Amino acid sequence: MTEPVLQARGLTKRYGRVVAIDGSDLELYPGEILAVIGDNGAGKSSLIKALSGALIPDQGEIFLDGKQVHFRTPMDARAAGIETVYQTLAVAPGLDIADNLFLGREERKPGVLGSVFRMLDRSHMRAEAKRHMSELGVATLQNIGQAVESLSGGQRQAVAVARSAAFGSKVVILDEPTAALGVKEGNRVLQLIRDVRDRGLPVILISHNMPHVFEVADRIHIQRLGRRATVITPKSHSMSEAVAIMTGAAEPPPQAAA
Amino acid sequence: MATASATDFDVRRNDSLGLRLQHALHANPVLGPLAVLIVAIIAFSIVNGRFLTATNLSLVLQQVTVIAVLALGQTLIILTAGIDLSAGAIAVFSSILMATFCTKAGMPGIIALVLGLACGTAMGAINGFLVTRIKLPPFIVTLGTLTIFFSLNSVVSNSETVRGTDMPGLMTWTGNSIPIGNFRLTYGSIIMLLLFAYFFYALGRTAWGKHVYATGDDAESARLAGIQTSRVLFSVYTVAGLLYAVGGWILIGRLASASPNVGVEYNLDSITAVVLGGTSLFGGRGSVIGTLIGALIVGVFRNGLQLGGVEVVWQGFAIGLLVLVAVSLDQWIRKVKT
Repeated sequence: MTEPVLQARGLTKRYGRVVAIDGSDLELYPGEILAVIGDNGAGKSSLIKALSGALIPDQGEIFLDGKQVHFRTPMDARAAGIETVYQTLAVAPGLDIADNLFLGREERKPGVLGSVFRMLDRSHMRAEAKRHMSELGVATLQNIGQAVESLSGGQRQAVAVARSAAFGSKVVILDEPTAALGVKEGNRVLQLIRDVRDRGLPVILISHNMPHVFEVADRIHIQRLGRRATVITPKSHSMSEAVAIMTGAAEPPPQAAA
Repeated sequence: MATASATDFDVRRNDSLGLRLQHALHANPVLGPLAVLIVAIIAFSIVNGRFLTATNLSLVLQQVTVIAVLALGQTLIILTAGIDLSAGAIAVFSSILMATFCTKAGMPGIIALVLGLACGTAMGAINGFLVTRIKLPPFIVTLGTLTIFFSLNSVVSNSETVRGTDMPGLMTWTGNSIPIGNFRLTYGSIIMLLLFAYFFYALGRTAWGKHVYATGDDAESARLAGIQTSRVLFSVYTVAGLLYAVGGWILIGRLASASPNVGVEYNLDSITAVVLGGTSLFGGRGSVIGTLIGALIVGVFRNGLQLGGVEVVWQGFAIGLLVLVAVSLDQWIRKVKT
């Protein structure tokens, strides 16, 4: 059996007396889309935040490529190759597409201009941004110098996904990427997610949208009451069975190996 | 019926024109202030022929210089969705400190200047510390430091003005000028323009500038994108402190003295210039070019109304109206449909 790219063991996070995650496990295997579903308060967000460095778990271990990692900030996780697209997208609406793709890791011009005057290499970043966007089939954006606020919801999502795919070397985590989108744009983003996986990056997808989850996921991790209830596949279970497990109406099947 | 449809048609026409204007201003926020400035200059030169003379214009520029430098610092802070009520207080206190260093403490001019600039920077850093570490709202922080700095200012100066002739030449050097025909360009104005050029570059072409905009646009998103927003904020308040101190130095040259009793109005005037320049008080939108234009608008209105025989009390009224119009315009532009 292949080694998981990303593995979590017994993650626990408490906020005062509230237990957000209660000894949760998670495995992500190479080249797959793992969906994480769960009711509100099941601890999905906290689990994902722990994996992306946005929160530090009280207990438990995280392994990346078999090596234990300790993320203290989102920057640590990014440095390790885990890119996260948050629900809020974390884009700066006033800045343009290229600026947003390189936000937080801008490239300076070589030589004195860059080292002394700290001048950004705008033409290079724009060219790179264009390349990344078209690699993901998002060539509809004519102007890479367009402000992100002038884009539609789906296009903004595409910018955020392109950013994570461009810089993520190990894992891409997407938090509710289709939540605010219409049908057409939602499908567009699903295709984008498949493209990311097909380029070799495993994806963790957090979503409430069951049809979307069942459409793209290779495996589905069901989170319930702060821990993993089970892992199913879209083939082994139906949508209503998944919802039943998620809400506790049905007993989860024994944890199946992937 | 015919009248009704004609009216409908008119309304629609106006709408589309309005929408186009809204889009143009959204894409290019400097257009509005620039138009106001040009219209004001034309209007005032028609009202009074003396307005457009080189002598008068150099006076306008001199009057504007200190406000413009303070407004530059203020712009950085407002771009991060903050506000600095202590801008004028830091400038005036810095000027008093410089004067005190070189008179009472007998330091050479250059030492007094550098120390004074360092003190202004430190005052900005205190604001930055309180905003980023103690996490107090900028409005409250700078309201507090405004009062503290003005109070210390009175203590240090003993409420006495230091005459320029008692100070080394470097202190009042900013008031010296290069004559270009009848136009007198002061060194202070040259410094001001160089600072604007520098920050135009820093905001548009460096990572720091992008981070300032991103932080002001949406601090949480910026943080998630990997920007250390507290560091950006701290740098902004600190740099603004330095700029205010430079403003204080230019103020000594302008007044040919260091007076603890001027500059109360500078706090709000700097904000006025920023707002008139189209920078949004909600952060993330705006430019230093807009601020320069905004400062010029204030100067042109003050001077033009004066030449037009309008009493000082009514000048404030006019500027206040302008600010309200500018903020309403900003709100309208932000609602642009895309």
